[in-house]
Amino acid sequence: MPRKTYIAAIQAALAEELRQDPNVILIGEDVRLGVFAGTRGLHAEFGDARVIDTPISELGVAGAGIGAAATGLRPVVDLMFGTFLYLAFDQIANQAATMRYMFGGQTRLPVVFMTQNGGGIGAGPHHSQPVHPFFMNLPLIKVVMPSTPYDVKGLLKAAIRDDNPVVFLNHLSLGSQRGEVPDEAYTLPLGKAEIKRAGRDLTVVAAGLMVHHALKAAAELAESGIEAEVVDLRTLKPWDEETVLASVERTGRCICVDESYPVCGGASEWAACISEKAFYALKAPVQRISNAHVPIPFSPTLEKMVIPQPAAIVAAAHRVMATTLPERN
Amino acid sequence: MEPNKLLDLYTRILRIRRFEEQVGTLFAQGQLPGFVHLYIGEEAVGAGICALLRDDDYIVSTHRGHGHVLAKGGDMQRMMAELFGKRTGYCKGKGGSMHIADFSIGMLGACGIVGGGIPVAVGAGLSAKTRGTDQVAVSFFGDGASNEGSFHESLNLASALALPVLFVCENNQYGEFTPAIQAMNIRDIALRAQGYGIPGVIVDGTDALAVYDVAQEAVARARRGEGPTLIEAKTHRRGGHAEGEEAFLGGQQYRLADELAAARRNDPLLKLHTFIVENGQIPLETLETLDHEITQAVTEAVAFARASEAPDETILYEDTWV
Ligand SMILES: Cc1ncc(C[n+]2csc(CCOP(=O)(O)OP(=O)(O)O)c2C)c(N)n1
Ligand SMILES: [Mg+2]
Repeated sequence: MPRKTYIAAIQAALAEELRQDPNVILIGEDVRLGVFAGTRGLHAEFGDARVIDTPISELGVAGAGIGAAATGLRPVVDLMFGTFLYLAFDQIANQAATMRYMFGGQTRLPVVFMTQNGGGIGAGPHHSQPVHPFFMNLPLIKVVMPSTPYDVKGLLKAAIRDDNPVVFLNHLSLGSQRGEVPDEAYTLPLGKAEIKRAGRDLTVVAAGLMVHHALKAAAELAESGIEAEVVDLRTLKPWDEETVLASVERTGRCICVDESYPVCGGASEWAACISEKAFYALKAPVQRISNAHVPIPFSPTLEKMVIPQPAAIVAAAHRVMATTLPERN
Repeated sequence: MEPNKLLDLYTRILRIRRFEEQVGTLFAQGQLPGFVHLYIGEEAVGAGICALLRDDDYIVSTHRGHGHVLAKGGDMQRMMAELFGKRTGYCKGKGGSMHIADFSIGMLGACGIVGGGIPVAVGAGLSAKTRGTDQVAVSFFGDGASNEGSFHESLNLASALALPVLFVCENNQYGEFTPAIQAMNIRDIALRAQGYGIPGVIVDGTDALAVYDVAQEAVARARRGEGPTLIEAKTHRRGGHAEGEEAFLGGQQYRLADELAAARRNDPLLKLHTFIVENGQIPLETLETLDHEITQAVTEAVAFARASEAPDETILYEDTWV
């Protein structure tokens, strides 16, 4: 199987979808040149009408994506950095998340808002704050966060074909990551997790970059005889409760790792659900690992302290492994 | 212009130029983390405007903000330390290149969100008006930012409330890699002022004296309580949008040939230097000594930044809730 970078996999997904459906368009700032390269080269094949550079107007462009989706197109709106979705937030939260329902099912909105979410590259607070919990919180919006080149291709294609608004979150730190990506067309179902590493002792739930941190931690834990299972959610909403709960039923211990803030973050959502639905399987309290609750600082030294690192997962794993529940009567 | 004023203007430009050249070198050597956007080629705008401001006047800047901080009188050592992410930096290493601020001289911060600073400047103007002072607030922003909603809302708001604000659009003719003329159907952003009922002036942003003249009128108007002005300074980025972009663009070109030629012809430092020399008011040795001193100060700033410590966990949790 050919090996590709994460970015090349995004490019391949976009090219295939633009090719197979004339209603797919790609619109955003500098999508021709491709700021994060995922859109690079597509203008040459698909031209001005399908690959559209816009002014710097996130609210307008996101809204235009919604309007175009309501009237027959399948727009992929490229918003470059996750934090720029805050500028588009009104259109996504007040229009995309309500229209179909509010108008009694008269429309469907097949629009993808694609961006680079998260930190780790010393870009400072305005470019590094994770945004996914805001969108997880909204009704009717799907949220996808792929971790590998293989996944990003299949999930992006599925997102474009989905008839619902999807916030599609790539991670800047994963752009040059390489992996096997088939040249053939394939999609991966939204809402389905994948067990990236099997293990009997504890379950680590993660998505995006955190999957890699979890895998690193799992490798280290294996050296001390602890076998961690790493569940990559792939889609944050709807998320695959079934796979996660089944894993926790097997292991009895769980760590939820998310690159977002601890209050109402991804880890909070997963931990709450697990505590509610797998309570009797638990041998230790569910652990949450999230960002420190401060803006993402510029200094690489500080930034590393904010974003969950493999060491924090290892430490939490030792903690839960050392826990024994008191006798219940 | 009086010789001391002229020298002041020249000093501001030269400080920015020498600082930015050094930052460019450091970035190329891989010594600076994150993104860096240089102000080389645009110095006359920040310098020309800030030469008119008092320490208690406000400015709000952009991602391309080093020049604004320096023009307002910022300290090179604390700036350089911030670029290195050190605890001695202006923001203790928590802001970096795109987020330098010095509230003690009215520099309310650079901003990584395009157009994000414009409403903040309006707020500073509102504050001055409400408190009954004659302070003014200046918002610097780019041609690209003038396509954001925040620009339009801010102009209208400041106009409706007659606030003492200068909206200074640095039209360097690109937003990242997109030519401004492709992102809007007008050539003069100053035209947009009309829609909000405020004066809109165009000035050669590579000519510090011209900027100074235009700003004088706008500042006076704001101090008199007559409301905001939009100044469009036509200028050029000498380099790329961000440092290191050549590697990142993989050979893709986007600069318009005639614009690139114009950028080379219109160097604001050279322009002012030529004017001063032809004018004969300031001896050449004075300029040379000044250059030497500034270059020395930049070198010292780098040494200071290098010798400074990285921030620690205490700093991470500082400056949250008051
Ligand atoms: C809200 C937002 N959208 C997009 C970006 C990415 N971005 C950074 S600088 C820039 C171009 C800004 O152009 P302009 O306002 O003309 O300023 P210049 O860089 O030319 O000084 C863009 C699009 C951003 N930082 N913030
Ligand atoms: Mg510009």
